[in-house]
Amino acid sequence: MAGPIEQFEVKTIGPQINIGGLDLSFNNSALFMVVAATLAVVLVLAGMSRRELVPGRLQSFVEMLYEFIAGMVRDNAGAQARPYFPFVFTMFMFILLGNMLGMIPFTFTFTSHIIVTFALAMTVFVFVTVLGLVKHGLHFFSLFMPHGAPPLLAPIIIPIEVLSYFSRPVSLSIRLFANMMAGHTMLKVFAGFSVSLIGLGAAGVLGAIVPVIINIGLTAFEILVAFLQAYVFTILTCLYIRDALELH
Amino acid sequence: MDAEAAKFIGAGLAVFALFGVGLGIGNIFSTLISSVARNPASRDQVFPIGILGFALTEAVALFALLIAFLILFG
Repeated sequence: MAGPIEQFEVKTIGPQINIGGLDLSFNNSALFMVVAATLAVVLVLAGMSRRELVPGRLQSFVEMLYEFIAGMVRDNAGAQARPYFPFVFTMFMFILLGNMLGMIPFTFTFTSHIIVTFALAMTVFVFVTVLGLVKHGLHFFSLFMPHGAPPLLAPIIIPIEVLSYFSRPVSLSIRLFANMMAGHTMLKVFAGFSVSLIGLGAAGVLGAIVPVIINIGLTAFEILVAFLQAYVFTILTCLYIRDALELH
Repeated sequence: MDAEAAKFIGAGLAVFALFGVGLGIGNIFSTLISSVARNPASRDQVFPIGILGFALTEAVALFALLIAFLILFG
């Protein structure tokens, strides 16, 4: 029987495509990324297809989603960040759908791989850095010297600030990856407890109800964490955009 | 000591960090409840920040759990 780690294995689905030593064949991770992206596009397009003034259920849901992220960008990234709303919305929808699709049994959570979350976090980091450099030029580096600090402490403060700036993509990616991987591993471990308790006979069957109940609670908690981690990734992206645009 | 036993001991030691995380999360929610109790009208403003703080603290817990899993299964 599979242990708790086999669920994270990347399996090739389509034909083997090897370009320059890189394995670019279509695999289950890519499949679920395509499903998440398609679902996001179809949801928003179908929801807004009938532009009723008094919205029905689907249009209302899409409008709530839009307003949730628009409010987040307005409050946390500032009024000048309005052009970057599509980027933030895309990030949120991709990560949210990726996490949620992983909660369906027998699917693959593509956000549970560090390389995927690291790519997403580096996208945000490079985007925010380029944004700051384009907007402020070399004055962007005043971000590393906070205003009220005495200039005598600059040789200590500036390396610390630079280090914490570069730790942003690391923490952003590890937070999402660790939450997804640990959560799903916990689910499988508790499910394994149920199965192994049943193997002990009659008393084991009654005792096996406890891990099943715990598993139900854990599944509910994991759904909450799926949404929460997408929310935290997005709100941190908004805060980093504000840091780059306003420099303090 | 063989590698298998050392793995189990290492994983057990790695989850000691969860003590601090439990304190942190309890702190966040206790302050959240106190501040909403003092000023119930501020609930909608304070609650999202509380949830953000919870998720960031939970992330530290998962860093520790990640190390434990890497030791156990890596």
